[in-house]
Formats: sequence, structure tokens, C-alpha cells
Amino acid sequence: MKSAVILFPGINRENDAIAALEQATGTKPTVVWHGETDLPKVDIIMVPGGFSYGDYLRCGAMAAKSPIMRAVADRAAQGATILGVCNGFQILTEAGLLPGALMRNASLKFICKNTHLRIENTSTRFTNQYGKGDVVDYPVAHHDGNYFADEDTLNRLEGEGRVVLRYCDVNGNVDPATNLNGSQRNIAGIINEAGNVLGMMPHPENAIDPLHGGIDGRGLFKSMVEAVS
Amino acid sequence: MSTNEFNSTPITPELVKEHGLNEEEYKLVLEIMGREPNINELGIFSVMWSEHCSYKSSKKWLKTLPTKADWVIQGPGENAGVIDIGDGQAAIFKMESHNHPSFIEPYQGAATGVGGIMRDVFTMGARPIANLNALRFGEPEHPKTRHLLSGVVEGIGGYGNCMGVPTIGGETNFHASYNGNILVNAMTVGLADADNIFYSAAAGIGNPVVYVGSKTGRDGIHGATMASAEFDDDSDEKRPTVQVGDPFTEKLLLEACLELMATDMIVAIQDMGAAGLTSSSFEMASKGGVGVELWLDKVPMREEGMTPYELMLSESQERMLMVLKPGCEDAAKAIFDKWELDFAVIGTLTDTKRMVLKWHGETAGDLPIDPLAEASPEYDRPWEVTPKQDRIDPASLSGKTSHVDALKTLIASPDLASRRWIWEQYDHLVMGNTIVRPGGDSGVVRVQGTNKGIAATTDCTPRYVMADPVEGGKQAVAEAYRNLVATGAKPLAITDNMNFGNPERPRIMGQFVGACQGIGEACIALDFPVVSGNVSLYNETNGVGIMPTPAIGGVGLISDLDHHATIGIKRGDSALIMIGAATGELGQSLYLKTIEGREEGAPPPVDLNAEKRAGTLVRELIELGLVRTCHDIADGGLLVTVAEMCLAGNIGAELYLPDAGSEIAWLFGEDQGRYVIATRDPDKVLNAASSSNVAAVIVGQAGGDAISIDGGAKVSLSELRELNEGWMPSFMAEAIQ
Repeated sequence: MKSAVILFPGINRENDAIAALEQATGTKPTVVWHGETDLPKVDIIMVPGGFSYGDYLRCGAMAAKSPIMRAVADRAAQGATILGVCNGFQILTEAGLLPGALMRNASLKFICKNTHLRIENTSTRFTNQYGKGDVVDYPVAHHDGNYFADEDTLNRLEGEGRVVLRYCDVNGNVDPATNLNGSQRNIAGIINEAGNVLGMMPHPENAIDPLHGGIDGRGLFKSMVEAVS
Repeated sequence: MSTNEFNSTPITPELVKEHGLNEEEYKLVLEIMGREPNINELGIFSVMWSEHCSYKSSKKWLKTLPTKADWVIQGPGENAGVIDIGDGQAAIFKMESHNHPSFIEPYQGAATGVGGIMRDVFTMGARPIANLNALRFGEPEHPKTRHLLSGVVEGIGGYGNCMGVPTIGGETNFHASYNGNILVNAMTVGLADADNIFYSAAAGIGNPVVYVGSKTGRDGIHGATMASAEFDDDSDEKRPTVQVGDPFTEKLLLEACLELMATDMIVAIQDMGAAGLTSSSFEMASKGGVGVELWLDKVPMREEGMTPYELMLSESQERMLMVLKPGCEDAAKAIFDKWELDFAVIGTLTDTKRMVLKWHGETAGDLPIDPLAEASPEYDRPWEVTPKQDRIDPASLSGKTSHVDALKTLIASPDLASRRWIWEQYDHLVMGNTIVRPGGDSGVVRVQGTNKGIAATTDCTPRYVMADPVEGGKQAVAEAYRNLVATGAKPLAITDNMNFGNPERPRIMGQFVGACQGIGEACIALDFPVVSGNVSLYNETNGVGIMPTPAIGGVGLISDLDHHATIGIKRGDSALIMIGAATGELGQSLYLKTIEGREEGAPPPVDLNAEKRAGTLVRELIELGLVRTCHDIADGGLLVTVAEMCLAGNIGAELYLPDAGSEIAWLFGEDQGRYVIATRDPDKVLNAASSSNVAAVIVGQAGGDAISIDGGAKVSLSELRELNEGWMPSFMAEAIQ
């Protein structure tokens, strides 16, 4: 089982991503510098969190134009399993691999805390280890996680089961009070039409260790491993 | 600008005064130079001899602080202190103030404070693994407080979050004495290999002097001089002296420097902080006993038309100065090219022991190095002993507030209300190693790849220091020690950030001298030396000084994270034991201030021997796995401490009252050297305490969903939580309306 982590200037959760992938796959992922034009042959590609290019211009906008992103898009078209977390999600939307955009949090503040998430679709290659309606607990740490898409896109995402994670409370209630950052319909994570690219704001890679942030995130990485093996 | 132009600016007494040099100091300048300095040279003297860079008022007293222990690798005098944490690893840390800039421009002031302290740490070869901050704001009612708090917190988050370093702890106080002069003290802890630490002493005549990082602009010129003067009503006009931070560039600089440090190309390295290129080049040369020739026209510049004066005095951020081994320039440059950072050879080391500044081949300045860097003025300023205050007799209290009502008022007061609103804006989880998050006694981060933890805390109780600088100085160190112990860490060393008013006033100088004495005594007794620090004086506005605030940053080591403690009560069937003796000290307590409206009295004395015995016992109980829940008793006293433990664990408790003596003093006294622990095996703990000659007594029993006092009056945890969590968000929300 091989995996790769893409590194852009300003990314800062690459080591967290590496630790999670290594724990799940048993092998250390390859780190690929953004200036490369080729990706090694891998099963899983992760675009980690951070502040690529300092969030200048727009979060993820400049990284989306990096040379490596053409190779990532090619692999996405070929069906590789691609996970973008936080800034990685922003980069994937800016690169057009996922619909919608991430705006500034409704509170206008950075938010770092654990949050509950409801698993909306368990038949994806990212969530096959969870049960439908399971409530998991992952940390978030972002300033721009407020998911926006137009109504038609949102309806389509819902209709096709592409909303994978929603912000909720401990009992799985999804309502405005449990909407962490103002996201449309409490959306925390979505997949592309083909189901091989997931973008999400919360950090499953910071929920793999009982001493640190709990272990609820292990299921997401295990799901990817199960799906590609 | 030609040589003639450097020399054509007349050096008038007014110009000298504008540069912050007094007559005596200017006489010394003339003596050292053997001639009148030109404008560039005058500017250099000005910043090098500013209080901020020269420590001229504080040196005499700082020298008295204990700085040694077996585990100290590097004490004060370098960019940061270094301690051995075993297994060939070192922790490198320091705390530094950015008070004046943060008052003028809170976001950028605080952000660049965080950037500066992280550079101090990674200059030495360490990857920063934890940030903390100690903040002091004016009273909540002051019209500027919300704006300053909001900007400072955003600035700290904006920089630290982008750098990918978790902010794991800190403290925040509010008091009217900070209305016109807030304090922003930032601390960074880094991790390095003990055999790969980088120092600043330049060596090797003919070796290249290399500039890396951001380009130099006109920002922050004379920042160090500004930071060494009092404020007045026109201080807002000093905004252009505040630097602007770019955390993205600093993140690149961090990665590029660490990549270069993994090779064998660096002889010496120093970050450009206060007084920029001047201070970094002089310090490197002075420590190495060499001379430097700088080619200022080679410095990467942000704008056209910059002068040697501006280049030497700019405080543009995210820059480093290095001496490389000869012939390494190309290989080193390749690393900085990869990270898209400037890299320029801007000079060479000489054997002249002089700093020669060249500008397109002409000499723009020529100064001796040692007299500036090491022989800067040192003052023995007159000082007065702070008069002692009387101990508060509990009989003098009105006592008209019920204990439960007092608890409710205290826990919702600005001094004790939850700081969640602040620390949720800081990424405290990045790097995946945060074991104890903000809100406890210390933050704890795991040393990557091991089961060791580094605990870190910042502490000071300014109202104690104000009332009695010696006891207050001791208390700040003792509280840092206690906060580390409460997580199970062995306290190893401290960094001190001395924030005081105008040292030219004997009363203020007396506070400084007293605090140094107290800190020194505590460091010796607790085997807890000072390894780095920073002094910030002239914290006054219109002649009103701040409360003396010697903020202490403590660092400790948890050798096995399987045995550490947190403050939250974990089981309902635990007994609560108070470790340490209760003597009922209400002087300067929050009860006296908040409930009785009196800010007075002698602060609680610190018995350093008892402190050490109690600390050693508690740490051993945690290490043995007997105790997993522990909280030190600090602001607010026993009842507030237990309430915080209940809120953190979401389990209630009943607290017992003493058979005799003042109930208020028992519940709300701020006697030092105490902890509350929760255990299901109280006998074992009591026996251990007894054989260690440490006072210990069962003070209550965990359980239920409320806090009750001796089976009587109670308050539910949900009500208490609402009070504790509610204050800061609603206070800050008022700003928007």
C-alpha cells in the first residue's frame, strides 16, 4: 500500500498526515514537492492542511496552480484515492476537483476545537468502516471553512449522496446551533462525482492517537486502505 | 548618498537627543570614536545603547540570578536558553516582550512578537514545538481593552497558526494599571539534537557574512528606541515604527534554515530582531572577537533609495545573518533558492575588531565593536525598598456574601473566567503531539517519536509583586514550578520576562531589584535556574506605571506520558486531598478584591522549602501512577480550584469546612505551595505525605453534578459552567454592537 503527501510552501500539517497514513498503511508515504510534475505510483494521495502561500490571494488559490496539481488532476481522472484536508480541501476546490468554495468562518475567527460530525454516506471509499449516522469526533483548526455552493450544486450533492460529513452535536443533531462555521447545510466534507476525491475541513489525522485527539479518525484512513487493497 | 553626504549631516545636540542618548552617553561616544560620529554611526550607537538592546539599567541585577544546573547546556546570553532533556535531545526556549508595538498596533505588534521569539529559537537549530503567551490588558471597562485584546489574540493566532506551531498555554490578566500600556509576552519552546545546536559567535577571518530571508524595508526603524521610552498621548503617531509580519516567509525561513542546519556549512547564525542588522552583526562579531566589513549595497532591499542609515536600523522581519564556512555559498544558496528566499553575501569577517560599513565602495561608517556591544553603559540606578503591607485579618472582612455566591461571582469575574474564547483562536493541535491542551495548569507536548513530554507554563501574579516585590518574585517562580509539577513534570528551568515601569524612578527600580531578589531565591531553592530572558522597562503612559510584572516561563520534563496528570476529576468516587498547609492568607486575594472591593494587604508568603517538599511529593505520586488528577491552588483559593477541577471533569464535589478558624480564609485564602489531588486511595496518599513531612488533609469528596459546601449550600455545575464560560464571549461580543 503506497501513499503520497503533496507539500506546498506554507503547508504545516504534513507530518500529521504522514503519521496517519503510516499508521494506516504500514508504510511511510512519499513526500512530493509542489514543483514536481510527476507523481510516483501510489494508491492514496493526500493534500494536507496548512497555509499554502500564506493564504495570500485566496486560501488554496495559488497552490492550485502549482505544477504538481496537473499530475494530481490526472490521477483523479484515473480514479486514484485523493484526500484533501483543510487547506487541502481549499486547494482541491480551487483546482476544480471539487465543487464549491470555502469562505471565512461566520464568526470571522480562527476556530480550533474538537467537533462532532455525522457520517452521511458509508458507501464511500473514505467511510466504509463507519455505520450510517455514526457520530465521530475530530478536531477542526481553520479560519476559512465556511462551505458555500449554489442551491443547484447543493441539491445535486445531496441527491447523489456526495455530502459525506456534516457538523452536528454529540447526538447527531444537525441544526444551525451545531453549525460550526456557517457552512451551507452544515457541510464538513464532500466527494466528487466519481467518488474518489474527498475534501473535508476537519482533521481526521489529528484523531488517531488516544493521548492526543482521540481515535475516531482512524476509521477514515482504514476505509481508504480497505477500499484500495 | 556619497561619503560626503554621510558626513554632511551636522550632529547637533538636538539630533543626539532625538537618538535617545543623554549628554554623558554622547561624551562616551566621542571618547570611543575619537571624533564626531557621522549620522550612520550615531544611529548605531542609539540603538545599541537603547535600554532594549543594552540592558543598561537591569544588567547589574540580572547578573545576580542563578543560571546553572547540571542540565543547563546554555544559559542567558545567547538567542535562547538550552537544557538537556535526555536521549541526546535539548529543549531550547525563551520568552520575549512586544509590549509597546502591541499597544500601538495590536495585530502586527503581537504577530511580530510571536515571529521574533520563534526566530530566536530556530536560530539555534531547534524546531519550535510549542508557543505560549502571557498577556496583560487594561480593565475591561476601558474603551480600548476590547480592541487591544481582539487584535492581540488575532495577531498571535495569525502568526503562530500559519507557522504550524501549537499554542498550548498562557495567561491573561486585566487591570487598570495596564490601561495605557498592555503587555504581550510570547514564549517559544523548541526541540533540537543536543549535539547540533547553533550559536552566534562569528569565527574565521575571511569567511562570508550571508543575509537570508525577507528583503529589508523601511519598517521598524528605531523600534528598539521606541520600546525604550515612555508613552504619551502622541504615541499613536509612532505606528510607523511597528514592524509588519509575514508568517508565510517565516515558515519558509524556518524550513530553509533547518535544512541548512542539517548540513555542515554554518559557522554562526543570528536572527535580526530588535535593531536589525546592527544588533545582529555587532553581537556576532563581539562574541567571536572579530571584525566585520559589511557591503550594505548588497543587502536585498524592498524599495529603491534606501540609505545605509535605514539599512542598519530597519527592523524588517523574517531575516537572518549567518557566517558560512568558505566555499559553501553555492550549496547554501541552492537551499534558499528552493524555498524562494533571498540569499546574499553581504560582507566578510576581518581581524580588525571594527565594523566597517561600505556603500558602493565608500566608507559609510567605521566603529570599534567591543565598546559598543560589550562596554555599553551600565547603571546602578537608585532604588527604594517597597514598604511592607500588613497581613489581612479575616475578622476585618464584611463576610456578607455567602460562600456559594462568592464562588459564582469569582468564577465569572474577568480574573477567573474561562479563557476559551482566546485559546480556541489558536491552533493548539497542529503537529499531533499536544497531550495537555490549554485550560490546564501547563500545556504538554509529546517529544515526537518518544513517550516523553515537555510541559510549559507562564506565570506571574502582578498584584502580589506590586505589594511585595520580593515575595511576588518568589511566587511567580514557585507558581510556574507548581504548574509544571501538577502535570507530573520535573521542573527544569525558566525564562524570565521582566516588565516594569520607568527605572529612573527609585520606587520602580526598587520593584525590579526586589523581584530579582525573590526570583533568585526561588530559583536556588527549587533548583530551577534562569536560562534566558528579556527586560521591558519604561512601561508607563503619562507617568503612570504598570504593576510590576516579572512573567516567568517554566519548562519541565515528563519522562513517561503514561503517568501524567490533568485537572479534570475523572471518577465520582474519589477523595479530594489538599497537599500543602493552609494558613488563610487573604492579602491581595481575588476574594478581597472582587467580593470585598479591597486591593490591599501582604501577599501570601512563599515557604520555598515547603514548596520543594510538596512539589517533589506530588510529582512522585503522579509518576507512580497513584494520582492522575491534580490542580495547583492559585488565584481564588481552594473552592475555586475544586470548582475548576469539577468543571473540567464534569463531575461535582462536596467540600468540607474546617472545625475552627475562618471559613472564608479556608475557602478563599491564596496560601502558596498547595495542590488538590483526586484519588481513590486516600490512605496511601496521606501516608506518603506524612513520611515526606508534607501537610495533607482530605478536603472533600467528588461526585454528583453540583458543588456543595459541607452538605449545605450548592450550585449546579451547569450554572457554574455558564458563568465561567459566559463572561469573555459576551464581553467581546459587546464590541461588535
